Amino acid sequence: MRYRAEVFVTLKPVVNDPAGLTIRGGLHALGFDSVTEVRAGKYLVLTLDEPDATEARARLDAMAKQLLANAVIEDYRIELEPVGEPVVAGDASA
Amino acid sequence: MVFPGTWSDRDCAHAVLDVLKEPVRYIDHREQNVDGLELVILPGGFSYGDYLRCGAIARFAPVMEAVADFANRGGLVLGICNGFQILQEARLLPGALLRNASCEFRCEWVHLRVEQSNSAFTLDCRPGQVLQIPISHGEGNFFADPKTLDTLERNGQVVFRYCAPDGRVTADSNPNGSLRNIAGISNARGNVVGMMPHPERACEALLGGDDGLLVFRSAIHALARVAV
Repeated sequence: MRYRAEVFVTLKPVVNDPAGLTIRGGLHALGFDSVTEVRAGKYLVLTLDEPDATEARARLDAMAKQLLANAVIEDYRIELEPVGEPVVAGDASA
Repeated sequence: MVFPGTWSDRDCAHAVLDVLKEPVRYIDHREQNVDGLELVILPGGFSYGDYLRCGAIARFAPVMEAVADFANRGGLVLGICNGFQILQEARLLPGALLRNASCEFRCEWVHLRVEQSNSAFTLDCRPGQVLQIPISHGEGNFFADPKTLDTLERNGQVVFRYCAPDGRVTADSNPNGSLRNIAGISNARGNVVGMMPHPERACEALLGGDDGLLVFRSAIHALARVAV
């Protein structure tokens, strides 16, 4: 099955986020006073072929731990959805 | 060590070869070993465009496995700026370097207080000595959890702190928001050091100062000590 995964990487709550603070300051300058906090992060979209959702999630978890997020400073969250059968290589009709 | 995007390799080579008259070899990121070397320097720059996180991709370069082995055997490794970030991503040093608290790229001379002279790169310094060395980075804001910070302090692994010209560690002298003004740390053994400031750019009076020579000379003396 082909899956589309969204990976959200954010700084841990205890880690100071200067970019988020600066964006909040910009919003306040524009008059959006209701904003109390902004946390900036990374948004990654991956397309991958795996036998099932359990396997896909396990692989994505390993990717996040090894590379996509740095456990010293970041948390991550994964959202997964099937998007159909993988395209077979060499299949001209695909 | 040269990764795609490394920019301070020639400055490091100039300091070691032209100023200190020691032999230098550039190591390509695709090499498989670092045999025959006595000191490995990971210079500053923007390896792999700093994509994802500074140093996150470089740490998987083929040569990094050999560097980890070399470090674990006690080989001397110095990570400067982006090199420091790579050593942390490779877990050869603890903590991480966040975006500067100011969100600005800071390129200026700073004062550093030498916190301990047991590391291979501060043997020639005395504790409390103040060095003038430039920084040049956007992400040098040292972070570690409180437990790790306490371990670093207890083991004497904090090597340099940002300070005022008289050596006082103050909030004003901290250029990037680093916790406890930390500018450089070592591993427990003291053979691996990472620092955000650029000692290779402070090796000639003509260029503004030569305090950086102490870092490289210390390493040379550490090697001589091992060889005896």
